Amino acid sequence: VSALQAIGLVLVAAGGGAVVFTREPLRQALVLGVYGLSLTFLFFTFQAPDVALSEIVISAVGLPLIVLAALRKISAHEREREDERQR
Amino acid sequence: LFAFAGPGLAAVLVLAFVHLPSFGHAHEIVGLVVNGVELAQRQATDMVTALNFDLRAFDTLGEEFILFASVAGVALILRQLRDESETTLEEELERHRFARASDALRMFSLALVPLLVAFGGYVVIHGQLTPGGGFQGGVVLAAGVLAVLLAGRYLALRVLAPRLGLEAAEALGAASYGLIGLGGLLFGSAFFDNFLPLGQAGHLLSAGTMPLNSLAVGIEVAAAFLLTWTEFLDQALLVHRDREP
Repeated sequence: VSALQAIGLVLVAAGGGAVVFTREPLRQALVLGVYGLSLTFLFFTFQAPDVALSEIVISAVGLPLIVLAALRKISAHEREREDERQR
Repeated sequence: LFAFAGPGLAAVLVLAFVHLPSFGHAHEIVGLVVNGVELAQRQATDMVTALNFDLRAFDTLGEEFILFASVAGVALILRQLRDESETTLEEELERHRFARASDALRMFSLALVPLLVAFGGYVVIHGQLTPGGGFQGGVVLAAGVLAVLLAGRYLALRVLAPRLGLEAAEALGAASYGLIGLGGLLFGSAFFDNFLPLGQAGHLLSAGTMPLNSLAVGIEVAAAFLLTWTEFLDQALLVHRDREP
């Protein structure tokens, strides 16, 4: 295990914990993206550039975007309900 | 219960780990065979692509249709319901300026679009030569088109990548991948037999059907991801429930 690989492993371990311990969904989506970047780094140091390439797009763009869109929809939905209750 | 199962699991794991080959010294027979066969007999230099689109092309067909089916599922669930309607384009342009994005971000994202699209295309086309291939390149392509969204032009994105076009492209990619497999059956000896001339390793057109497979998968994946993203973004930004009268 080289130094870079060790750094990658530690980063992934810390990042995974960070994702789990972030409670707020919005913040969690962003932390998840950063965690994905560390995974990309890990894959790259372990000589799997193919996986790293797809991981970087999926984790940094694909997944957070879907979560963010869903969160926005939910908050809009709740606001609507609030309005109805007040009327 | 865990106090009982935990130590048992730990013991089994330790037993299993003891017999693993040490780090960096695993030379499995399959890996050696793949490294030997693909370059010599298929003229491909990227073993991962060679594996995906040649040795186990049939499995990739399965994966292809998993993606296809799941995107179809997303599109089905996120369709417009009867009491919902979409904000019209003009209305939206008036009211909604997506994100209060700074000018710098907009400029940068717009500059990113051609770069990402070009890189995605490169990764797809050079699948059998350098790391990457249909799936990886397709995702990068989709991200490139999506950068238009970051530039604050969601509706431009909708115009650029119309729903019908995306669906057609996805279906086309999936179908042509299957058809290439059938071509193997027709012109070669088996489903997904590599029936095209192999060319010379390192050339753009080499490794027989691999570049074609890569291209088909690239188109399908890019369209599939864009379709999923636009479905979600439509829901978030455009669709709203009609007020009851």
